[in-house]
Amino acid sequence: MSEELYANLAIFVLSLLVGFEVMSKIPSTLQTPMMSGANAIHGVVVVGAFAIAAEANNWLLYVLTFFAALFAAINVAGGYTVTDRMLGMFDRKPAKKEEDKK
Amino acid sequence: MTGLTTTASLIYLISAFCYVIGVHLMRSPKTAKKGNGLSFVGMILAAIMILIEILVSGRVQVGAWIALAAGLALGIFYGFSKAKRVPMTDVPQLVSLFNAVGGGAAAAIGAFDYMTANGHLPLVLSIPVVLDIVIGGITFSGSLIATGKLSGKVSGKPITFPGSKFVNILVVIAIVAAAILMITQVDNSWYLVLALLASLAFGLLMTLPIGGADMPVVVSLLNAFTGLAVAFAGFVINNQVLIIAGALVGAAGTILTLQMADAMNRSVANILAGGFGTDDSQPASPAGQTDVKVVETSADDIGLQLAYAHNVMIVPGYGLAAAQAQHEVAELAKLLTDNGINVDYAIHPVAGRMPGHMNVLLADVNVPYDQLKQLDEANSMFENTDVSLVIGANDVTNPLARESGNDISGMPILDVDKSKSVVVIKRSMSSGYAGVPNPLFSLPNTKMFFSDAKKGLQDIIASSKEYINQ
Repeated sequence: MSEELYANLAIFVLSLLVGFEVMSKIPSTLQTPMMSGANAIHGVVVVGAFAIAAEANNWLLYVLTFFAALFAAINVAGGYTVTDRMLGMFDRKPAKKEEDKK
Repeated sequence: MTGLTTTASLIYLISAFCYVIGVHLMRSPKTAKKGNGLSFVGMILAAIMILIEILVSGRVQVGAWIALAAGLALGIFYGFSKAKRVPMTDVPQLVSLFNAVGGGAAAAIGAFDYMTANGHLPLVLSIPVVLDIVIGGITFSGSLIATGKLSGKVSGKPITFPGSKFVNILVVIAIVAAAILMITQVDNSWYLVLALLASLAFGLLMTLPIGGADMPVVVSLLNAFTGLAVAFAGFVINNQVLIIAGALVGAAGTILTLQMADAMNRSVANILAGGFGTDDSQPASPAGQTDVKVVETSADDIGLQLAYAHNVMIVPGYGLAAAQAQHEVAELAKLLTDNGINVDYAIHPVAGRMPGHMNVLLADVNVPYDQLKQLDEANSMFENTDVSLVIGANDVTNPLARESGNDISGMPILDVDKSKSVVVIKRSMSSGYAGVPNPLFSLPNTKMFFSDAKKGLQDIIASSKEYINQ
């Protein structure tokens, strides 16, 4: 086994353990935002889209690059925005509508 | 290591640090928004760093720049505008859609590496490439079906067909065969196509037989899958930030899935087997329920009852979310509180379309956070509640859960039956998702109001106004 593969495998296993550890006992209120937040994080696959762009040199590969970039960008932009919107609702104070009604 | 690769490695490490701390902060409502922001900072750092890396490499062709820029621009625009505009009731399907594209991106990266391998790919790379394509393909089609089921574009009922088990086995054999062929013979694109198609088919076949109410757990599970696919993509392009973030999401997503399933009193294996769901396709024994005596009431009576109550507890459920009646319920609550009546909401952990979804829905219509009572707190309040208004909720209020020997035994429930009187707004007498009849409906202090949640609440608001203004 090459040193590089060993290092990557070690990182993989340790990150799994961190993931298990950091996620214990989530209040149910936060489960949906948490899922959405984790969903945004795997948008990091966008880094992979950049990386393959450096190797693309024919039409088929350009098309694959395009789709990788498109999909990953939707994942990142949408994921963070919708998570932020959801979480924003928890600290929003009741609006000033009460005065409007009276 | 050259200067650039050292800098890049350090930046990726900082980025990974942001994700871990970000997720950690998201565990508490107070710091959750900050956590998501930190995780976003990590994302931006990683994206800028890889951009610098490929710029410096000078190897990127013009066509690739165009493809990359066009993909990113369109993706950011679409993702951002979709996420900004989505009504809060539709968030679950949107999360599932974002998950689908994440898996699709991972599969595209795997396919790219297979095609550029020039017939030679060492085993340590070909295995992650294959896993990337297979897992990415499964999450892509599976999540799209989940999106369709949550939004109603695909029937929420479990979809099965005769011989589906046989087809499943064939598809699994196809995936394994294609995977082995791809690993042993790197230069054949047909194997890649076979692996992709079989994985897409498997995602489809896996998700279709699962009922709509189980979709949240499935979405969460597929989310974990995408995390793993992204981690394998990290092995493929030898980039640690993908490995760390992917593994983090894979593990965290798995735990979250187990917790969600637990809150719904279901096991993940059970959900994937679609066992529960299949019973669901037959309307739950209407014959057995006709002999149950229930007392019907009207919007007018409920208005009167509410106007003269001191403490009212609203128990919202899936029916409220499905009918999009959160505005009406907030309006009714405000009408009552403005007239000195205490109104609280009893939120069951799995009420709504996803765990925690009800809190988001109600917060969206400006319900004060301190009126939202979680399970334990709500249960301590029912004894002093004059009227419990159950809106579109069923199983989460079923007192049978406190007894043993039925499908929902042991599920934590809201003790609605302990309040002085109960009004249930429900469309029909049909059983809830679990298919267990609910004896709450026939208790002497329970009255039923058969109506769609939205329409029913509008009528109740109108009648409450009359009594309050008298």
